[in-house]
Amino acid sequence: MKILVCVTSVPDTTARISFTDGDTKFSKAGVQYITGPYDDYALSRAVELKEQLGATLTVLNVGEADAEPVIRKCLAIGADDAIRVNAEPTDAYFVAEQIAAIARQESYDLILMGRESIDFNGGQVHGIVGEMLGIPSFSPVMKLDIEGTKAKIAREIEGGKETLEASLPLVLGCQEPIAEWKIPNMRGIMTARTKPLRVVEPSGSDSLTKVQKYELPPPKGACRMIPAEEAETLIGLLRTEAKII
Amino acid sequence: MSVLIFAELDQAADGTGSLRKSSLEAIFYGAQVAGMLGTTATALVIGSAEAPELELTGNYGATKVLHATAERLAQPNNMAYATVLAAAAGQEGSSVVIIAKSSLGDAVAARAAGKLKAGLVSNVVDLPEGDAASLRVKRSIYTGKAFAITEMKSPVKIITIRKNAVAPQTTDAKAAIEAFSPTLNDQDFVAQVTGVEKATGEVPLTEADIIVSGGRGMRGPENWGILEDLAHALHAATGCSKPVSDLDWRPHHEHIGQTGIKVSPNLYVACGISGAIQHLAGVNGSKVIVVINKDAEAPFFKAADYGIVGDVFDILPRLTKAVQSAG
Ligand SMILES: Cc1cc2nc3c(=O)[nH]c(=O)nc-3n(C[C@H](O)[C@H](O)[C@H](O)COP(=O)(O)OP(=O)(O)OC[C@H]3O[C@@H](n4cnc5c(N)ncnc54)[C@H](O)[C@@H]3O)c2cc1C
Ligand SMILES: Nc1ncnc2c1ncn2[C@@H]1O[C@H](COP(=O)(O)O)[C@@H](O)[C@H]1O
Repeated sequence: MKILVCVTSVPDTTARISFTDGDTKFSKAGVQYITGPYDDYALSRAVELKEQLGATLTVLNVGEADAEPVIRKCLAIGADDAIRVNAEPTDAYFVAEQIAAIARQESYDLILMGRESIDFNGGQVHGIVGEMLGIPSFSPVMKLDIEGTKAKIAREIEGGKETLEASLPLVLGCQEPIAEWKIPNMRGIMTARTKPLRVVEPSGSDSLTKVQKYELPPPKGACRMIPAEEAETLIGLLRTEAKII
Repeated sequence: MSVLIFAELDQAADGTGSLRKSSLEAIFYGAQVAGMLGTTATALVIGSAEAPELELTGNYGATKVLHATAERLAQPNNMAYATVLAAAAGQEGSSVVIIAKSSLGDAVAARAAGKLKAGLVSNVVDLPEGDAASLRVKRSIYTGKAFAITEMKSPVKIITIRKNAVAPQTTDAKAAIEAFSPTLNDQDFVAQVTGVEKATGEVPLTEADIIVSGGRGMRGPENWGILEDLAHALHAATGCSKPVSDLDWRPHHEHIGQTGIKVSPNLYVACGISGAIQHLAGVNGSKVIVVINKDAEAPFFKAADYGIVGDVFDILPRLTKAVQSAG
């Protein structure tokens, strides 16, 4: 069994977001990068499946060299090898093309991704890759078990969940509680240094979309405080002032 | 050359479909875009729905509705629905496709983008600018902490919109119904849905106009009654913070924030939630935020429009009464 996990290197969830160059570039200054939280769930489940079923586990990132610490961390957590497609991940379609190109060469049984990246939050790449490879894609997956060549899946839907069965190969976007996040141990960190990390150049077309400018939300006005003794007046304010109930 | 809108149905227990509110917004959005591009809006409805429900798409601006009813399409299926959507876009010569964000809508959008080699932008919060050759859209990024003005230039452009991207105005116009039966692919039906568990009659969080949400300050699942009472009085959906769903006080699908659902209601009422940055990330698209917290220093007040420093166990029942007595 061959498993591919696609990971993003993204600003930490507490990062303050700001832009430079006339609001055309994300400001990386002082920002700590982490593995996408959802990608971490995908990787953690992949490591468990590898231990259970004896799979090989590759991580893939489409990104520039500064993503390598995140890739090394994935190797320390349990991936066997890594591929980095050396390109700025500008657009979901472009990223999906890169992932699909690698997947066509390597024929993975299972391609696990996060439900969404936390920078662009598209929740798109898994579906596009599934379509490009002509195989099913499901997201967000909360439970995944493999029995032979079949996957048993539970997926979140609005207000509940859906259970599914499908044959491999599959592309899945993962979220909690599919697995507990794994933390690298000392031995993992040592061996990760020598595990193979292959850098390949991008293929295929240009991006279909392009960011022209970034904006921050307008600053929030002051909060109107209502004394607890007069809590009831809130309802009147929501009716007459805010006009939303 | 029309603008195509994928209009999602909610299936009632008896099998009849009703159009999702988010899809009605998408139709209105699509009709506005069509107006801008000098063309018409066509809605695509997949699954069982009665004629009056289909005609309703006209109230929101669609001139025509394509209705695909093949037996195999009765159950939502991202692959088959994307096949139908791509066929509809082909037939209509659509260069712009609009889809409301939802678990099905997201997947259909992505797979259709793969089929049509279409540029895809999701979480769009406003109407676009530009023309058919080049559209500029504003989308929410970094989990609501910023926006990106994004240019789309591919021949086919797919946009998924967030709740409240537009405020629909309706007319009495009716859409013309046209049966649609494109060729389906057997490979689209290889996965088997083995079960669906769904709270019935519940408004999905992403579509709710009002959300009353609770955090660890609620102290336990047994106390949710007072929060639900207020939600009920306001016709609101209920949500929660991550620790609350981690502790199994509330189901996972109610968890709001960076690693949960992102919501953009008209009103978000946070009860006993501290306002950690990861929680705020999921709610900062809300029009009005009310925070009730006993700690005046809780960070959530900085993101709030109205705040009450007080004990949820005292305040919530009083607010419920105030809503009820004001009728
Ligand atoms: C990678 C990552 C992702 C995360 N994603 C999310 C996410 O998606 N969503 C999310 O919510 N969190 C998320 N978190 C967790 C987040 O950091 C906070 O820990 C969490 O939001 C806190 O939840 P809370 O406000 O319910 O609890 P607490 O922080 O414990 O706050 C409880 C609040 O209730 C108040 N309170 C107590 N008793 C009362 C009372 N009787 N009346 C009124 N007020 C009272 C307290 O003053 C306090 O402010 C994430 C964290 C990480 C690291
Ligand atoms: N640049 C990238 N490199 C590798 N995987 C990616 C990249 N961008 C997105 N993905 C994967 O696709 C998932 C969904 O991303 P998105 O569609 O951007 O929300 C992520 O959780 C990753 O698993």
